[in-house]
Amino acid sequence: MFETLKMKLYQKNQYIKDIKNAPIKDQFRGLPVLDDTKCQNCAICAQSCPTGAISVNPLKIDLAKCTFCGKCKNLCTRNAIDFSSYYKLGVDNPQKLIVDSKVTIEEYNKRAIETRKEIYSIFNRSIKFRQVSAGGCNGCEMELNATSNANFDIGRFGIDFVASPRHADGIVITGPITKAMAYALEDCYKATPDPKIVVLVGACALSGGVFQGSDELNREFIDKYKIDLYIPGCPVHPLTFINAILDFIRKK
Amino acid sequence: MDNCVINNNKRVNLLEIPTVEIEKLRSYLSVSNLRPISFFGSDWGSAVKLFVALADDERGEIILCSSLIDKSIKSYESITKDNYQYHMFEREFFEQFRIEPLGHPWLKPVRKNLNDYEFFQMEGEELHEVAVGPIHAGVIEPGHFRFSCQGEKVYNLEIMLGYQHRNCESLMVKNPSNQLAESICGDSTIAYNLAYSQVIEELSDTKITNKAKIIRRIALEMERIAIHIGDLGAILGDIAYLMGKEVFATTRTLVINTMLEISGSRFGRGLIVEGGVNFDIDKKLSEKISAMLDNVKKTVEKMTKAALSSSTVMSRLEKTGSLSTETAQQINLVGLMGRAFGVNLDSRFDFLDEFYKDFKLKPFIATNDAYSRFRIRYKEIIDSIFIVKKLLQKLEEFKNEEIKVQMNPLIPNGFALSVVEAWRGELVHAATTNEQGQLSRYKIKDPSFNNWFGLALALRNNGISDFPLCNKGFDLSYCGFDL
Repeated sequence: MFETLKMKLYQKNQYIKDIKNAPIKDQFRGLPVLDDTKCQNCAICAQSCPTGAISVNPLKIDLAKCTFCGKCKNLCTRNAIDFSSYYKLGVDNPQKLIVDSKVTIEEYNKRAIETRKEIYSIFNRSIKFRQVSAGGCNGCEMELNATSNANFDIGRFGIDFVASPRHADGIVITGPITKAMAYALEDCYKATPDPKIVVLVGACALSGGVFQGSDELNREFIDKYKIDLYIPGCPVHPLTFINAILDFIRKK
Repeated sequence: MDNCVINNNKRVNLLEIPTVEIEKLRSYLSVSNLRPISFFGSDWGSAVKLFVALADDERGEIILCSSLIDKSIKSYESITKDNYQYHMFEREFFEQFRIEPLGHPWLKPVRKNLNDYEFFQMEGEELHEVAVGPIHAGVIEPGHFRFSCQGEKVYNLEIMLGYQHRNCESLMVKNPSNQLAESICGDSTIAYNLAYSQVIEELSDTKITNKAKIIRRIALEMERIAIHIGDLGAILGDIAYLMGKEVFATTRTLVINTMLEISGSRFGRGLIVEGGVNFDIDKKLSEKISAMLDNVKKTVEKMTKAALSSSTVMSRLEKTGSLSTETAQQINLVGLMGRAFGVNLDSRFDFLDEFYKDFKLKPFIATNDAYSRFRIRYKEIIDSIFIVKKLLQKLEEFKNEEIKVQMNPLIPNGFALSVVEAWRGELVHAATTNEQGQLSRYKIKDPSFNNWFGLALALRNNGISDFPLCNKGFDLSYCGFDL
């Protein structure tokens, strides 16, 4: 037992104090910064994008499809595309995920998630999620698990993943939703008591991502039910997830 | 029997692989003591061509053979009857091409038609079934487990997977990309992308630089370190030793955050690309990685010592979920789990690799239980830290080389195969090209494809409450299996 307690002294405190302004390494590929004036509409980026997230004239990136792989940045000879390390990418409307050269970091942040009284008056101090992996690759799942470790410690904000949909206020979906999981996902949604919120996490859940062309997907769920939060990434960084949920449940 | 022999990561002309009658191939495979590493069909006009790759681990060679089965032929005599190692391969082949292996003892769906799945059933007094999944209690991937129990004792566990099936193999043929390869199994990002890139480079006869090769191997070992540390934490978490869980989780963060500094992603996405790597490791970064690893090693050693000195931890680990080495060999367990059960396979060293050949690692003495699964991870973390540090030194020699080269077009009628030791074990990617030089078949075999059955057997005669501990110890992939 003393050996175990000694480890606590050795480790000290590991948690990130200010999660809203947590520093991140510059190498992280977050919000793309586009410069339409440099773009010559050669469309090499659009053709080589593995998920078809880019369109030119004017230059736009759809973050719902973007895997943040950086291939477009490497191919662009005119430096029209760059990735900032800005990680607060969650939004409440898929239209806001389309980034063009007019969108700056400040503007993206300002409009990203609207505060709604009916949400923050209920969920301000606590929200519990049931997570459903519907064909996810375990990338987003591992990052969601990481949100509850001692570094990010999402539990201190009253946010938690629970074992049953009956205990949950909402569901978090990862993966492109395979045919085999469509029924189970809908079951889980129905088992969650009203009012409930639905959060999509990762490029696969948002658009199908790299699996868009697969004939084994069934994405009817997305059209059928209201989605409250869209969190892009491949996989989603824990800070992206935590900040999106906090912006959603708290009054700004 | 007619066959052709190749080395790992090598190409062969598709038409030079000898084709024999299925009966002849069957009689060869059912007595051969070589392990199957890939077994798949490919559409061949009015027929189906069956490719089989066998590993000769002692010589470090791969033996290829094939058979042409006309579509009018609806069945053949099962190989599994005589050699259990083929049981999953034959089920998969049947599901994809509807050619029935007659007399297969366990011919069930693998990934599709899950509604037709017939579970093994037991009848008797006090017997009951426990069904779990597809959605599990934690944040993990979907799969269905069916336990047949008497009281708390599990007599049989049957694992039904396929919920994650996204048809990756045909997507790979339609629209191959590094990003798709990375997303097939997101916890083995580096291994999958490496295997894919090596196959494509070999099929297009592109020679990449030594520097790129070393950076790729550094990333592969760092992935192994990070996941193993996370798993040590998860195993301790499942026996409610929370200090271990949290300390290992935060230690893993150090490794993956360094990965982010190298590649811009915590899991190394975007690092490996066809023709090399996207990011360089310079002197400064190399020192940083080295210092981080020293720190990680110290913490892992201390924490492991503290955990294993606790009697409550040891009493849960010892003799839980055992399986004999003999059984493990019979059902062809590979990689990490193979080694935990005394099957000494490691494709990094079994097949010739210019950068691994100088490392001599101590052998692991398996105890075939949960304790063994804990210790093998600890040993491999320490080994991999040693390997990364040596590779970082080696990188210095090639610092003036390019990190990326231009890719050539794919060669027509090619067959290439790449075996990569992912952190779970032997990952096999095989691909063929057609006459126009386009990909015509892409086949992936994850180590979990072999090892899930091992978990089912290891749980027999254990308490059902030991399942989480065994499951974490195996830590197999759902999406890598489902594809």
